[in-house]
Amino acid sequence: MSVLEIKGLHVSVETDQGTKQILRGVDLTINEGEIHAIMGPNGSGKSTLAYTIAGHPKYKVDSGSILLDGEEVTTMTVDQRARAGLFLAMQYPVEIPGVTVTNFLRTAKTAIDGEAPAIRTWIKDVRESMARLRMDKSFAERNVNEGFSGGEKKRNEILQLELLKPKFAVLDETDSGLDVDALKIVSEGVNRAKENTGLGLLLITHYTRILRYITPDFVHVFVDGRIAEQGGPELADRLEDEGYDRFLTESNVG
Amino acid sequence: MPTAEQHGIKEHSDGRFGFVPVQTRSDRFKSVNVADFAPVTGREAVWKLSPVAKFTDLTAGELDGSVYPVESTPNAGITVGWVDRDDSRIGTAGAPEERAAANAWSSFDQALAITVSGEEAKEVTVTRAGLGSAPRGAHTIIDALPFSQAVVILENTGDARLTENVEIILGESANLTVVTLQEWNDGAVHLANHFASIGRDARLKHIVVSLGGSIVRVNPSVRLAGPGSEAELLGLYFADAGQHLEQQVYVNHDAPNSRSRVTYKGALQGTGARTVWIGDVLIGRKAAGTDSYEQNRNLVLTKGTRADSIPNLEIETGDIKGAGHASATGRFDDEQLFYLQARGITEEEARRLVVRGFLSEIVQQIGSAPLEDRLQAAIEAELRGTEEE
Repeated sequence: MSVLEIKGLHVSVETDQGTKQILRGVDLTINEGEIHAIMGPNGSGKSTLAYTIAGHPKYKVDSGSILLDGEEVTTMTVDQRARAGLFLAMQYPVEIPGVTVTNFLRTAKTAIDGEAPAIRTWIKDVRESMARLRMDKSFAERNVNEGFSGGEKKRNEILQLELLKPKFAVLDETDSGLDVDALKIVSEGVNRAKENTGLGLLLITHYTRILRYITPDFVHVFVDGRIAEQGGPELADRLEDEGYDRFLTESNVG
Repeated sequence: MPTAEQHGIKEHSDGRFGFVPVQTRSDRFKSVNVADFAPVTGREAVWKLSPVAKFTDLTAGELDGSVYPVESTPNAGITVGWVDRDDSRIGTAGAPEERAAANAWSSFDQALAITVSGEEAKEVTVTRAGLGSAPRGAHTIIDALPFSQAVVILENTGDARLTENVEIILGESANLTVVTLQEWNDGAVHLANHFASIGRDARLKHIVVSLGGSIVRVNPSVRLAGPGSEAELLGLYFADAGQHLEQQVYVNHDAPNSRSRVTYKGALQGTGARTVWIGDVLIGRKAAGTDSYEQNRNLVLTKGTRADSIPNLEIETGDIKGAGHASATGRFDDEQLFYLQARGITEEEARRLVVRGFLSEIVQQIGSAPLEDRLQAAIEAELRGTEEE
C-alpha cells in the first residue's frame, strides 16, 4: 500500500521584502485510498503546500521531508515526482500555445509510463474520459488550455488525473470559479478516478462546497503555515457554520 | 544619407537640416543603379538595425555577377535557366530601395529564370550550394504564368557573401508558393530583396525560413497589383548566439478587394542572437475593400538576445474591410515549463514541445510534407545546438 508522508515541513519563498517563511512545520500522512481535505483562510499556506509537493522552483524547503513510499521527494525534479506517482491539479492551469491536448496527453502518458501507450486503447480511453467530463471532442485538437473557460481548464486537469493514474493527487482549489454543474462534473471525475485506481487525495479548498460531492475521510484546518486542528467530515460542517474566525484570533494572519 | 532632391520632396518650412524624411512607404527612392545611392552609413531607415560595417563589400565593393552552379529537381511545367539582362520581365516586379540591392542589380551578368506554367499542382526545389565566399551579386525571376500553379522552393546552403534581387511575377489567377530557405554555413552573409507583383485574382504564399548564416536579411516587398489579389507572407527564424536575422516586409495594397496576411515567428537563443522584423503595410487610394492583418511574435529562450519588432500601417483610403497589426516578444515561460514537468515530461522535452508548438504554426502552412518534416528536424537541431553550448 502506498503512503505519502509529510514530516516537519518548513518552506519559505524569496520576495522583494526578503525571505518569507510560509510553512512552519507541517506533519501529515496520507494512505492510498484516503481523502484528506485541507481547509484554511487565504494566506494560510495551503497552496504553498500543494506547490511544494509538486516541486515548484519558487518554494524552498528549509527543513523536513516529503516521503513517497519511504523515498525522499524533495530532492527530486518536478518531472521525477510526477513519474514517481504525484499529481497536482492546478488552480490556474497555464496555456501552451501550439501544443494540442492530444499531443500533450500522449507525451505525458508516455513520460509517466516510460513507454508509449497502445494507440487503439489509448484513443478510446481519452475519448471516453472526455465524454464523461462533458468535454466536446473538439478539445482534443485545441491547444492546451488556450481559450478554455475556467471550467474547461479544470475539467482538463481532471481529464489528466483520470488518464495519468497517479498514486497521489493534490487538487489545489479545483472548486474555485466553478458553477454548480461544473463542480458536479469535476467531482464525479475525481470520485471515478479514486474508484478506478484507489489513489490518495489531498483536497485543498477554501470552501466546504466541494466536500458535498467528494466526501473526505479527514479534514485538516490550516492556519499560519501549519495544521491547527484535524478531525473527520464533521469538522467541515462546523467550519461551514462558524468560518475560520476562532482560529484567526490566535494567530497573526490578518 | 539620401537627400531631399533624391526623393523629389520639398523642405519643410521650419526644417533646420534641409532634409525631410520620406512620408509614405511608396515614396521611397528607387533605382537599379548603384551610383544613385550614397554610401551606406548605417543611419538610413533601411539599414539602421543592420550591422552594415560587416558587409561593406556588398554595399560598396565590386561584385562577381557571373552565373553560378544551380541544381533543380526536374518537373514538367517548370523551366529553370539563365536569361540575359534584356529579358522583358526584368524590372517589372520592383526596383531596389537601397544600395546593396542596387549593387546586385548593376552587377549581374544573367538572371536565373524560373518559369511556371500549367494549372496542375507541382513542386520544384532550386538549390544553391556552391556560391563561395567572394562577394557576389545575383538576380532571379520567378514567373508564374496566368492560371499556373506551383510550389517553388529556393534552398540555400554552403558559404555565401551574396546580395541579390528576386522578382516574383504572378499573372492573372496564378497560385504560387515560394519558400526561401536559408540554411547557410555559419559565416555566410546574405542580403536579399524579393519583389512580388500579384496580378488579378492571383494568390502568392511567400515563406521565409532563416536558420543558418551569420547575417541573413531577406526583405519581401509585395505589390497587390490586380483586383482580388491575395498575399500570405509567412516567416520563421531561429537566431543562435551571434546571429543576425532580419526581415523587412512590405505589403502594398494597390488594387481593390485585395487581401494580405503577414505572420512572422522567431525564436532567439544565446548571447548576441539578434532578430529584426519590420512590417510595413500600405493601403493605397485605389485599394478599397482591402483586408489586411500583420503580426510578429518572438520567443526569447535565453538572456543576452535582442528582438526588434516594428509594425507600421499606412491607410490612404477609409473604405476597407479590415486592417490590423500585432507584435509580441516574450520570454520562455517558466510556468509553462512547470506545468509540463508536473505531468512527468522532462525539462528538455518540455522546452522542445513549447518551441516546436510556437513555430509549428508557420511550418504547418508550408504545404509540402517532406519540407515540413525537414524543417521540424532542423528546428530540433537548432534546439539541441544550444543545449550543447
